[in-house]
Amino acid sequence: MSTATEATTLRSQLRGTKKGRYADPLFKSLMTTAGVFVLFLLGVMIVRTTVDAWPVFQKEGFFGFLFGMQWTAQASNETTNPDLMLGTYGAWPFIYGTFVTAFIALVIALPLAIATALYITQAAPRRIRNSLSYWVETLAAVPSIVYGLWGLLFFVPVVLMPLFAWLESTFLGDTFLFEGPVRNVSYLAAGTVLAIMILPIMTAIIREVFSAAPQDELNAAYGMGATRWEVIRQVLLPRSTSGIVGGTMLGMGRAIGETIAVAMLVGGSQRMGYSLFFGGDSMAAHIVSTFADAYPETIIGLMAIGVALFLFTFFINILARALVWRVGRLGGDSAV
Amino acid sequence: MFTNFKSGRYVAVAAAAALLLAACGTGGGENDPGNPNAPQPATGETITLDGAGATFPTPLWQALIDDYTRNVNPNVRINYQSIGSGGGITQFKEQTVQFGSSERFLSDEDLADVEAARGCPAVQLPAVYGSVVIAFSDDQFDGLVLTADVIARVFDRDIVNFNDPAIAALNPGVDLPDVEIAPVHRSDGSGTTNVFTLYLEDEVPMWADKYGSGTEVNWAAGTIGGQGNEGVAAGIIQNPGGFGYVNQSYAIELGLPQAQVVNADGNAIYPTLEATSAGLDGLEIPESYQFSILGIGGEGYPITGAVWNFFYECGYTDAEAAELKAFWAWALGAEGDAHATELGYAPLGQAVKDRVLADLERINASN
Amino acid sequence: MTTTLTDIPAAPKSLKISDKRAQRRKFQNSLASIALSSAMVVACIPLILILFVVIQRGIAAFNLDLFIYEQRTFRATEEAGFAHGFVGTALIMALAIPMAVLVGISTAVYLVEYGRGTKLATAVRFVTDVMTGVPSIFVGLVVYAVVVRGTGLGLGFGTLAGAIAIALVMLPIVVRSCEEMLKLVPDSIRNASAGLGSRKWQTTTRVVLPASAPGLATGSMLAVARGAGETAPLLLTALGSLFTVTELVGRAQASLPQLIYQHARQPFPPGLERAWGGALALVIITLLFTILARTLGTKYNKIRAGM
Repeated sequence: MSTATEATTLRSQLRGTKKGRYADPLFKSLMTTAGVFVLFLLGVMIVRTTVDAWPVFQKEGFFGFLFGMQWTAQASNETTNPDLMLGTYGAWPFIYGTFVTAFIALVIALPLAIATALYITQAAPRRIRNSLSYWVETLAAVPSIVYGLWGLLFFVPVVLMPLFAWLESTFLGDTFLFEGPVRNVSYLAAGTVLAIMILPIMTAIIREVFSAAPQDELNAAYGMGATRWEVIRQVLLPRSTSGIVGGTMLGMGRAIGETIAVAMLVGGSQRMGYSLFFGGDSMAAHIVSTFADAYPETIIGLMAIGVALFLFTFFINILARALVWRVGRLGGDSAV
Repeated sequence: MFTNFKSGRYVAVAAAAALLLAACGTGGGENDPGNPNAPQPATGETITLDGAGATFPTPLWQALIDDYTRNVNPNVRINYQSIGSGGGITQFKEQTVQFGSSERFLSDEDLADVEAARGCPAVQLPAVYGSVVIAFSDDQFDGLVLTADVIARVFDRDIVNFNDPAIAALNPGVDLPDVEIAPVHRSDGSGTTNVFTLYLEDEVPMWADKYGSGTEVNWAAGTIGGQGNEGVAAGIIQNPGGFGYVNQSYAIELGLPQAQVVNADGNAIYPTLEATSAGLDGLEIPESYQFSILGIGGEGYPITGAVWNFFYECGYTDAEAAELKAFWAWALGAEGDAHATELGYAPLGQAVKDRVLADLERINASN
Repeated sequence: MTTTLTDIPAAPKSLKISDKRAQRRKFQNSLASIALSSAMVVACIPLILILFVVIQRGIAAFNLDLFIYEQRTFRATEEAGFAHGFVGTALIMALAIPMAVLVGISTAVYLVEYGRGTKLATAVRFVTDVMTGVPSIFVGLVVYAVVVRGTGLGLGFGTLAGAIAIALVMLPIVVRSCEEMLKLVPDSIRNASAGLGSRKWQTTTRVVLPASAPGLATGSMLAVARGAGETAPLLLTALGSLFTVTELVGRAQASLPQLIYQHARQPFPPGLERAWGGALALVIITLLFTILARTLGTKYNKIRAGM
């Protein structure tokens, strides 16, 4: 509660002056400018890269670029005239690698994220509930480069290689998906580490989705004698489907754009293979691997990959937001 | 109510302070005066030289720079960024660096570009030779004899097992196990790849047709990519049957088993420093310094490349030019040679050194 | 469920649930509980493992040397460290934080205080949502094309270019979280301020912003944690350096993530050890910011609850 003196000082601070008349519109326009500036930034990002990459799209054709199977960089300084470019730029192997690693990550992370979120919201003892979610979400802050280092030098050789070798030796090894030989770097290795990387964020989103479910309905179900599992399966999950799908898409957007860790684990060839043990490359990983040593012409090709990558994440995110919005806009914290 | 605002404000101020502190605090000892490593600008102005280029000589360049700036001339700072040989040529042409390094020499066209942009010719000088070795994961393969053709077919995934007849024919009396080969290559653009593929392109027509040469080539399906030399080393060590190419210095450091490679005269040579130097004995180096090290015979190890440094004939300040000359002349001297041999690089022969030392004077000569 | 009278089961002999169906339900329930708890455990294992391995391998190189010396060579075993990387990251963040926070909070203020319900605000909100999902490598490419390259602003690789890239990564995070925080300030407070005769900008700067300050700090610090660990965009914009660089423009700059990446890609053991040491330092920095931000956020919620 305020004392009288405090109120007086505050009022004198707030008293209007003649100059103050202009302050309001000025402040408003400043804030609006900031908002418009953000719009402008995204515009610049799209336009500039698309313009730079245009010769590549001209040379290969948009679909030729997306679905071309061959990527051959050449030592050339041509950045404007598509007829003089020497390389061949078909990005399909990288696009395939991007989606296959992201898909593996989702297949592993989604059930775990749902189960973890259920455990945290429904089953965990009240005492540890908060600290559990706190730590899981805090670990989302561990940077990509640390996951890459850990994956290449510890997790893959110590944990994944034996596991993959066993997978390959089972009947699964006879299917095209798990056809050997098992290598240290592969779609599956990168996808598994990606799954670990997106798990915290997906758990956080799905946990929020579950928290948004009306408690009254859950209570009503419990009141009718339903077990916890029945409440989860028949009340909570059906209520949360669109939120879960949205959270999954956000996780996928994350996985697609992940760069350094994938670059260190995916294999880095310009080809693709249908076995998950194949060492391919993802779009983001190929950009960061070859950027430094690229001739100007190749940088334009990498720019084109960047544009395509942007478009993919753009549409996935729009779809995801649309789905998550139906549940209510999530807090900035968890959806970051 | 207002007390609540206030406590809110305090928390915010504390937070802002923490933010700033942490942002600065991560700097640790940025300008720590007790840091003997920091260049001391006490006896004159510190000169900074920027270089960029090949990853191939990076360990050597780092060692040279470290020794020179600590023990010879603390008033110079040399920043060499190993962005790759393509990047080195590009940055040199765009004049963003004072020198470039690459294991490709500048073509006449490149030289003309530079001259047009800078207004004076460029100088390119060889600096050191280095070998690329074939390394294995398994000690039992140490000394295995291979030819360019076999190496090319391994990376083409045509030969997929160590007990392949083509390998057996080269290694009579060696008991070759039934182990699948896992060929490992660099997944990032790299000068090591350039040296290696230039050799294969020259020796094997199939390779020239299908893959060619460059810092980045379109590797066959089923080969394994590794990020950087450590990525390749990890690929060789972690995969049973690992078979990859690395800088000689890294293979020495890691104690990896290596292959003997058959040279142009049909001799199988184990990669040693002597073998690298031996291969360069008869090398004819033209006035332009535009040469490739191919077709090595005698006792020489065949997969060898040179590294060139690029300079301009004008546009440096006097101090910069003096430092550039001093540093690279020092690098060609006894200390430089010691670093090179310790790291598995072969120094230039004395005759070439003398020519290069003379030509170093062309730096800034037409200023 | 449609039950007819004939379906009514015989009254149980005791109140203890014993019929088959109830047993099955109970069994299912415990099975599910076990499954959920074990999923939780499985999810936690890799996360604990990464912390454990980074600490175990990083602790040896995590000493004073790491903070006060520059990198020298990969093989150097003494007087070598990542000092220039820490300085680089500090400088880059020192430039990026004001950029991202100023524009970010202003945008959030616009969205909450001025733009409510307008089409422009919807567009801005949509764009920030899209930007949250933009891969950081794409941001790096953009900054390379617009800021670094000669055909753009031509500033060359350096601190400023790196800072712009990091600021772009941070910006949408700041906007989103700050918008949420500003929305939490109750309208009654705004009305009270207006009732005292203050103008809207005065209400905003003297009442709304201070009231939500801890929340804004939380959002900004989460963004800092994210920005400080970014590697990919810095490789394309700041490039790297072998020694301490204090120039903001015109000289390539090192950063902690870039040094970890560089050292992780070479096979000399001393360098690898430093890569782990640097990774440990980076994890500590990012976790510290995240934990600080979350603690602040919790405090803020408590303060708000008291309003």
